[in-house]
Amino acid sequence: MNANKIAKFLFLTAAVLLTVPGRVMGQQMEAHMGKLTGHADAGKQLYYRFCWGCHGFRGDGSGENWLPTGSYPSMPYLNIQPRNFDAAVFKCRSTPTGTLPTDQDLYNSVGRGFVMTNMPSWISLTNQQRADLIAFIKTFSPRFKSEKPGAPINVPAEPKPTVESIKHGQELFQKLECWKCHGPEGRGDGPSASTLTDSNDQPIRPYNFAVGSRFKCGATNQDLYKIFMTGLDGTPMPSFADVIKPEEAWDLVHFLRTLQVTNKTAELALWQSTKEGAEQVASRKVGGTPTGSGIK
Amino acid sequence: MPRNLGYAAVLAVLAVSAIAFAGPSGGSVNGKVTYEGTPARQKPIDMSKEPSCAAQHATPITTETVVVGPGNALENVVVYVSAGAPDDATPPSQAVSITQKGCQYIPHVVPMVVNQELKVINADQTSHNIHPLAKVNHEWNKSQPPGTPPFSEKFDKPEFIPVKCNIHPWMHSSFAVLKNSHYAVSSGDGGFTLANLPAGKYTVTAWHEAYGEQTQEVTISGSETKTINFAFKAKPY
Repeated sequence: MNANKIAKFLFLTAAVLLTVPGRVMGQQMEAHMGKLTGHADAGKQLYYRFCWGCHGFRGDGSGENWLPTGSYPSMPYLNIQPRNFDAAVFKCRSTPTGTLPTDQDLYNSVGRGFVMTNMPSWISLTNQQRADLIAFIKTFSPRFKSEKPGAPINVPAEPKPTVESIKHGQELFQKLECWKCHGPEGRGDGPSASTLTDSNDQPIRPYNFAVGSRFKCGATNQDLYKIFMTGLDGTPMPSFADVIKPEEAWDLVHFLRTLQVTNKTAELALWQSTKEGAEQVASRKVGGTPTGSGIK
Repeated sequence: MPRNLGYAAVLAVLAVSAIAFAGPSGGSVNGKVTYEGTPARQKPIDMSKEPSCAAQHATPITTETVVVGPGNALENVVVYVSAGAPDDATPPSQAVSITQKGCQYIPHVVPMVVNQELKVINADQTSHNIHPLAKVNHEWNKSQPPGTPPFSEKFDKPEFIPVKCNIHPWMHSSFAVLKNSHYAVSSGDGGFTLANLPAGKYTVTAWHEAYGEQTQEVTISGSETKTINFAFKAKPY
């Protein structure tokens, strides 16, 4: 085969393959977010321009920028595997564990990006472009055709944080054994922390509250509430929806905020206004890195 | 009138017991699962990070990836009819259960039928998270702190699902979600019985979490009992 023939062959193969995703049985996948409607055909163009280098040609998370740990050359550009859209397992959802996320959840993730990973925030794209991308990435898994997203969990209105709610949240942190992974001071250094792996057997670290960075699935108290009530599917973080009552969940949120000693939140200020809280916060060390590396 | 009702009741009881005692007719398949070679030695588990579990074991328990018995018996092999029998139209009404006790899964392998209720029980004084790493079914991950009631789940597609607890990394189990109720798990002597099989030609599969699977064809006529044995090659690592 001469170079010309090879080029022609590659071009034809690519042309055939590129026609596969996007449309299923002539019907275009759509994504709906409020008044926005995304279209897979438009999203496909964007995907093969911006996303496939990491998420892969077939959306299976094995783009050329990612190499699994231990593979040769053993210098992965990305230390966390890009999402595999084929499996349709997503961390950031408003829906119960084991269910598909809503289109809005996926749209929010693309706009937000994933802190401490190589997934940037794509606010540089227009709202319409992000909506189109969501419609397209849903074509990678048959689940989006055969199933509906889960019903979003109910997040009741947040009560005002009080010293009592923080104290109760602290009891829950003990009782539910959040510290087994996140550490007694929330520094991501609990006894099980160093053994954790995600569902692809890649090492994964629990969140270090002391560093105070944004959470993986958002920055607000509502986001924090959803993180432990839905669980981050595909990771060791389970859902607590069956074991925490909604009012207790807010207590836990208020306490978790006091672990972020570098964030000047209202909850931290309130906690520090008490003698017990001030002593506790003062005794906490700030250290480690956001991803928890360097822990023993 | 009361007398008539009484007769009706007696008749009903007789009818029900007749059905119950006759049982589903048919043949059966039994046999033994063994290994050849030297199986990997199971490693002792260090539970010192979880004292409430460590205290439940007088001597440290070992991993349960390969559990063997006398005479090269291989335990925890799921033997099931993989072809030839119709899928269960409705899942069995009885739930299957898995209990987390002493930071172990009991039983280690849990067979069930598609859409059958699975009850998850935490008998420990510590939190567990039960995390089936499903690929065909939906992956989910739920926390179960001590003292919380059992919860129920089900899987709607056939699949062998590895299960783990991320908090206690030594805890492993397998859910075997099967299409019909013709299954058994090999016991300590490697034995298994598939009862109540109507006459017909079947494919019987034996599945082991470390050694993979084997299949055999078997034909049952009338109410005969056929014996088939499986032998897995042990991997020494």
